Amino acid sequence: MSNKEQQQEYAKKIKPLQPKPPYFINCLKAYLVGGLICVIGEALMKFYMTYFNFNEETAGNPTAATLILIAALLTGIGVYDKIGQFGGAGSAVPVTGFANAITSAALEHKSEGIVLGIATNLFKLAGAVIVFGAVSAYIFGMIRYAFKTLM
Amino acid sequence: MKLQGRQTWKFGDKVFLNSTGTAVGPMESEGPLGSLFDVRYNDLHCNEKNWELAERRLMEDSIASCLNKAKLTNDDINFFLAGDLLNQVVTANYVARGNEIPFLGVFGACSTSMESLAVGAALVDGGFAQRVVAAVSSHNATAERQFRYPTEYGGQKPDTATFTVTGAGAALISSEPSSVRITSATIGKVHDLGIKDPFDMGSAMAPAAADTIMAHLKETGMAPEEYDLIVTGDLSGVGAPIVKMLLKEKGIDVSGNHRDCGLMVYRPDQEVFAGGSGCGCSAVVTYGHLIKELNSGSLKRILVVATGALLNPTMIQQKESIPTIAHAVALEGTKGGSN
Repeated sequence: MSNKEQQQEYAKKIKPLQPKPPYFINCLKAYLVGGLICVIGEALMKFYMTYFNFNEETAGNPTAATLILIAALLTGIGVYDKIGQFGGAGSAVPVTGFANAITSAALEHKSEGIVLGIATNLFKLAGAVIVFGAVSAYIFGMIRYAFKTLM
Repeated sequence: MKLQGRQTWKFGDKVFLNSTGTAVGPMESEGPLGSLFDVRYNDLHCNEKNWELAERRLMEDSIASCLNKAKLTNDDINFFLAGDLLNQVVTANYVARGNEIPFLGVFGACSTSMESLAVGAALVDGGFAQRVVAAVSSHNATAERQFRYPTEYGGQKPDTATFTVTGAGAALISSEPSSVRITSATIGKVHDLGIKDPFDMGSAMAPAAADTIMAHLKETGMAPEEYDLIVTGDLSGVGAPIVKMLLKEKGIDVSGNHRDCGLMVYRPDQEVFAGGSGCGCSAVVTYGHLIKELNSGSLKRILVVATGALLNPTMIQQKESIPTIAHAVALEGTKGGSN
């Protein structure tokens, strides 16, 4: 095992030879892909409001469900990972990224059976999002409650 | 004494590489060496139900075509040395279950190709075996699942990442003369210069490759120019310039004759990030392409340095860095060459 100094020296030495991540281009791509997903979401929302008697508040649910369905289908036919490589956070952050994380895990572990394969591994990647979502919702709920009772 | 220096084996005149077999997936078939591989699949599943079975099929196919060319059957082989990248080297174990050849499983991550070839050559040279088959395999999708994320997960990878080669290579080693002789092998030490990024294995493995090449040249007394090619396994576009720089610092210039299998197996316009990796990478390039060049005499003497990142996802999550290793095997054409 090498010591710290050797490691630092090596890291410094190879730095010029390593490709630098194109931060600006990546941000731009993420903005475009993420934005496009939101535009599709917006269009779906308008669609549900115009044709199906949903209002601004209730149209969110069928919109999210449709986006999830589209993302799951795109994952299944092997397209979403390519969108993800191009769009980065732009396709990972929206609800479609969450759908992709779940669907891809299900597809991957299909060979190990429905219970121990799919069901056990379904939230392998997305589980952290749910844990932190639930925990932060609890904390902020308590803070809000405290404010409400004190004021 | 067959040991030269501390870590190099110098084999006698009667250790030969008799035949090789390769099997690859779709991306490798479309690559610049595509037409040189024996078995080619257009489908990543290789007509099997899951990825693990697909990888197993590749290894079985590579062995079958290797033995077919030599007109031998499984019963003619004394020992089967094989490994892959999956936990418990499952591909090798299950292939060995099928072929019923006495089996030694080997693991050196992506360096397993040359590890198994070196050990096989030593067994033949020491008289412990008449014929040995050394085989390795890797599969892009099984490696993704084992080391990274589900295949269809849309996470973004950096340009330093490598793309695991879907392919398997097998080699038959014996004392029966053929057009390729295995002359020496240098066993590498494990190196770790603190690289923790599993998406930058080229940077992690370069010091191991440089050290094994230096040890080999020192202990055999060879000059780098005496090799037509010094081929590293899967350093890719990131690690290849680093190994050249590290060797140059020690006064060894390989800029003219260094190649990397990870850069040879795919075209630059194929979407493979920094290049190919996996034990299949060095195996299919060596057994599918370089051996043919040695056979025809267009290459006379080569050194294949298979590099391995001894990566374990649990260790990475525990904030450990990536230990790496490289093993070198020198091969020589026995027919008169062009030089």
